[in-house]
Amino acid sequence: MSNTQSLFQQKNDLRHRLGRFTNHGDRFWVAALFGSSLLILILVLMIGWEVWALSAPSRHAFGWAFISPWAKAAWNPALDRFNAWPAIYGSLVTSAIALVLAVPFSIAVAIFLAELAPPLLRTPLNYMVEMLAAVPSVIYGLWGIYLFLPKVVHPIGAALQNTLGVIPGLSTFFGGPIPASGISKLAAALILTIMVTPTIAAVTRDVLLAIPRSQREASLALGATQWETIWKVLLPMGLSGILGAVILGFGRAIGETMAVTMVIGNTSGGGYSVLKPGYTMASIIANEFAEAVSDLHSSALIEIALVLFVVTIILNAISRWLVMRVQRKTMGR
Amino acid sequence: MNGDIFAQVNLPRVYRRRKWVNNIILGLTGLTVILAGIPLVWIVIYVILKGWRVINLDFFIHLPTAMGATGGGVTNAIQGSIVMVIVAAIIAIPLALLIAFYLLYYPQTRLGVAIRFSTDLLSGVPSIVIGIFGYALFVLPFKHFSALAGGLVLAMIMLPVVVRSSEEMLKLVPKELREGSLALGAPEWKTSLSVILVAAMEGVVTGIMLGLARAIGETAPLLFTALGNEHYDVFGYIKQGIATNQSLWEIFHKILAEPTDALPLTLWKYAQQPYPERVEQSWGVALVLMLLVLLLNIGARTWLAWKRRQTHG
Repeated sequence: MSNTQSLFQQKNDLRHRLGRFTNHGDRFWVAALFGSSLLILILVLMIGWEVWALSAPSRHAFGWAFISPWAKAAWNPALDRFNAWPAIYGSLVTSAIALVLAVPFSIAVAIFLAELAPPLLRTPLNYMVEMLAAVPSVIYGLWGIYLFLPKVVHPIGAALQNTLGVIPGLSTFFGGPIPASGISKLAAALILTIMVTPTIAAVTRDVLLAIPRSQREASLALGATQWETIWKVLLPMGLSGILGAVILGFGRAIGETMAVTMVIGNTSGGGYSVLKPGYTMASIIANEFAEAVSDLHSSALIEIALVLFVVTIILNAISRWLVMRVQRKTMGR
Repeated sequence: MNGDIFAQVNLPRVYRRRKWVNNIILGLTGLTVILAGIPLVWIVIYVILKGWRVINLDFFIHLPTAMGATGGGVTNAIQGSIVMVIVAAIIAIPLALLIAFYLLYYPQTRLGVAIRFSTDLLSGVPSIVIGIFGYALFVLPFKHFSALAGGLVLAMIMLPVVVRSSEEMLKLVPKELREGSLALGAPEWKTSLSVILVAAMEGVVTGIMLGLARAIGETAPLLFTALGNEHYDVFGYIKQGIATNQSLWEIFHKILAEPTDALPLTLWKYAQQPYPERVEQSWGVALVLMLLVLLLNIGARTWLAWKRRQTHG
């Protein structure tokens, strides 16, 4: 009798001690939480490290001339000479056009969603914005090639070429003729406009919704119209958040790959004209990396990925900071 | 006499102008919303109309025929997408939940802020860069494109989406539940998994569905990791494996370590081929993909809204 009891006690004691040592399993739990959280941090650092390390041959071979607009060398895999400027220019010009068009447009959409939409419409319209953001990029590309380019981009391009394209100074940028298929930097820019609109609109909407109601009431009580309230009170208050949204959209636009690759034509022969085909940083990687002809070629493509990575990291960091600031300001501390 | 107040009072012209400016501009914002809807409606309707014609049973169960020949299906892409998304889900979901719990318990610590920030950065890294990274990490050392590599990069795409949405959902669980459970003597892990997670389950599932929708539509990261394979056929591998007495491990190896196709990858390739049959089929692929993504999205959001209404009366 006493024998079994002591055995029981002993067993229990061991369990008890083990339990106490592991804090009833919490030690493992905290370790798992900590470990997996560190993993995501390491992951981001590793992406940076890998593209940095693998682009070493190209960085050593070309230095800063790789991203310089004035370098003589073009992008030429056959001669193993690489200068990324055409791709960087393509990315900048398509994203810039997309932003110029999308920013006023998406702020207007956000104003409607946040301030004006009747409750009955609000849910379906919010769904619509989410759906626009959710449609996979390749489907935008497919739709672009067969419908959007011939039906919309080509007429717009032809009109631009006949108006702006004949003005001497502007003919570098709007010189035609635009290809019959509509494949051009303009096509990429217009598709990007559609693709970044939901991003900017959704963040701007959230920024506007975060502004306290009392601000609107005060302005309206002073006799301002609703538009004056929006223009002179809400937009200035949310300005840094909206700026954050715009920068986030810029990051999206510059990193967007598939739709752009499908409509931009992927040649370096288009020069500066937006009505001609070209490259963006993302599209040149998507198009050439699998068939890179030499080690230097793939290293140069990875260096473009490095540029893309650095640019998007900076843009995202700024945008998060701006959005966080406006949230802190409006929520009160 | 309760007509237009402006007409009665005969206000100065500036008032009337302000009223008109207000009406016009607010009307314009409504117009922009309609304009923004046009591409969506155009895409959805056209993809359905064009895709519907090529979809039949063969489309789902047959491998592609030779280029230029009619018939055949895209079962390779469907199976590949399923396999890779499952791999991604198995890796990303537990990891994302652990990270979300970390952010819940240590929100303002230095590491917590750093983790939240790097989650945001990861979601902002262009998918093509993730593709290059996946190539460097999972393909280059093994000299082999594979479904596993594809699944791993998709996990990286999914991770930030699920982390951020789960964190938001876990935060909504009332503190009292956690305190009650801890007061009853349950350890922290048990409290987290069987009280907090269960209480936030519907929100977490919504986040997971959004993450899956995101992963299934991604093409760029798969270009250099899964590559594409018109003969990828899980059932074929299993049948062949059983016929030749291969071990379970060998069959698994075949499924996970072969180059693999995926729906968006197939769509991208087919859309640009000069064979009209393939272009036609690419619309079918687009339809399947779009339905998957949109249904996951709409389903997730509607379900959450419905559940919320149920619990909050």
